[in-house]
Amino acid sequence: MISEKSFLKRLGSQLFFTGPTILLFAIAVLVPFVYGLYLTFTNMSSPLSPLEFAGLSNYRTAFADSRFWDSLILTVKFVVATVILINILGFVLAYLVTSGVKLQNFFRTSLFTPNLIGGLVLGYIWQFIFVQTLPSIGEKLGIEWLRLGWLGDEHLAFWAIVIVSIWQSAGYMMIIFVAGLVNVPKDVMEAATIDGANGWHKLRKVTLPLMVPSFVVTVFLTLKNAFMVYDINYSLTGGGPYDSTTMVSMQVVKKAFIENNYGVGQAEAFILFAIVALITGLQVYFSKKMEVAA
Amino acid sequence: MNARKKASLLLSYLLLTVFFILFVFPFFLMIVNSFKTNGQILENPFSLPASLSFGHFSQVIEQMNFFVSFRNTVVITFVSVLFIGIFSAMTAYYMVRRADKFNNGLFALMVASMIIPFQSIMIPLIYIYGAKLHWIDAAPIPLLIVLYIGFGSALSVFMYHGFVKSIPYELEEASLLDGCTRPQTFFRIVLPMLSPTSVTIAILNVLWIWNDYLLPSLVLTEDRYFTMPIKMKVFNGTYMNDWELLIPALLLTILPILIAYLFGQRFIIRGVSQGAIK
Repeated sequence: MISEKSFLKRLGSQLFFTGPTILLFAIAVLVPFVYGLYLTFTNMSSPLSPLEFAGLSNYRTAFADSRFWDSLILTVKFVVATVILINILGFVLAYLVTSGVKLQNFFRTSLFTPNLIGGLVLGYIWQFIFVQTLPSIGEKLGIEWLRLGWLGDEHLAFWAIVIVSIWQSAGYMMIIFVAGLVNVPKDVMEAATIDGANGWHKLRKVTLPLMVPSFVVTVFLTLKNAFMVYDINYSLTGGGPYDSTTMVSMQVVKKAFIENNYGVGQAEAFILFAIVALITGLQVYFSKKMEVAA
Repeated sequence: MNARKKASLLLSYLLLTVFFILFVFPFFLMIVNSFKTNGQILENPFSLPASLSFGHFSQVIEQMNFFVSFRNTVVITFVSVLFIGIFSAMTAYYMVRRADKFNNGLFALMVASMIIPFQSIMIPLIYIYGAKLHWIDAAPIPLLIVLYIGFGSALSVFMYHGFVKSIPYELEEASLLDGCTRPQTFFRIVLPMLSPTSVTIAILNVLWIWNDYLLPSLVLTEDRYFTMPIKMKVFNGTYMNDWELLIPALLLTILPILIAYLFGQRFIIRGVSQGAIK
């Protein structure tokens, strides 16, 4: 609809309106992404030494790096656990909040609160709970599995990260599900009731199919967040004990900034990118197919 | 209301109360224990404090240099969010109003870029702007703000794009006929109409930038530039397991955003739910 006559005028308004964004988007995303691809084919012994072409050797090193594989497998476990549990809990909370209780706003507001705080600080808060509070409950009540320090145990430390992630994100997903539940048409529900469907039937045959668009969003968000988890991982366990909870983001940070191996670190980061792009792409594609109209 | 309905409603209340306690409990622990000494905390983390002494708070404020990191966080968040909003609105507006090949391609590129995890570009980012161009040493806070605007623009342009389409063009035509230039028309007519979307976008961006850790931890290397999350990390390293100082520090770090939530909860909840639907 914009149709400036002269080319110069057109260029002028194009630059005025989109120039700043293009420039900053290029600085922050485009240039580093393209340059990052180039980095994966180069070697550098330190950040200051010149780059040398290295072919595919960084990818070969990355694929042969058992720590990278361990962190990738652990991340996949983490993704499966959190995506399922956060979505279930988020949906249950949304269902309860919209079930006709008074104080709906009060519950919604308070259940969302953990999401306001960043993963780093949340991790430190929960450190107090896992190190100090739970053992003290276990001591008093004589419950053995609470008395143990979760963060010092290789298996329990992983589940500690899962629990804190659920606690952080369930409220956010609840908000999205509430928006979806409110939009389930009343007449469809009434028709189901008249046809004799009970609560469970209505939930399974009417509500859940109509909620697919909400699930597309929440599964996408939880998938992406879980693959990229870093802050909670860092502050809660720091990757320990004995490197047992190092997930892939932390592995990339360690490789690049602690071992100073930019090339291999970047190759590992690009493998992560490829996996995230593939899985989230497939997820959106297949769940769009499941959507039904009311 | 029949008995079954009553029973299920009762169950809802019961479950919600349980979840409420589970979700709020960590905050309760932070509050009661920030007034205690190490001895009292170890003895019973659940007990209410014997007295309200603010001694540890003032100690923490001093040792953390709290107000410096608070100011840094406010400046970085405010400037970034402001410019993400203005630049993205301008870009989205122009892309809708002149949907030629270039603008459509740019829009598609930006939307596609949203799938890139930050971890996949952080190494080149540090390499280019640190080792090569030395911007990290020369001007870390402006660099950080520039990066935030760049990272934030894709999602914000995407959200504004959807909204600009619903604004009728006739309004702009009238203003253009009255002799306003296109930028004037945008800032006087279109931008005010976008304010509901602007609020949503601003809220999402504040929550992200205020709490962000990884990017600022790589860019900000000097104590005087630290944001609150980084300061908290350093403080935790110095006072490992010294809970009588760590807990007040944690409480202070989360307090600003909790206070903001207390006043703006309606907008924040609405912003989050609209942000996700788009």
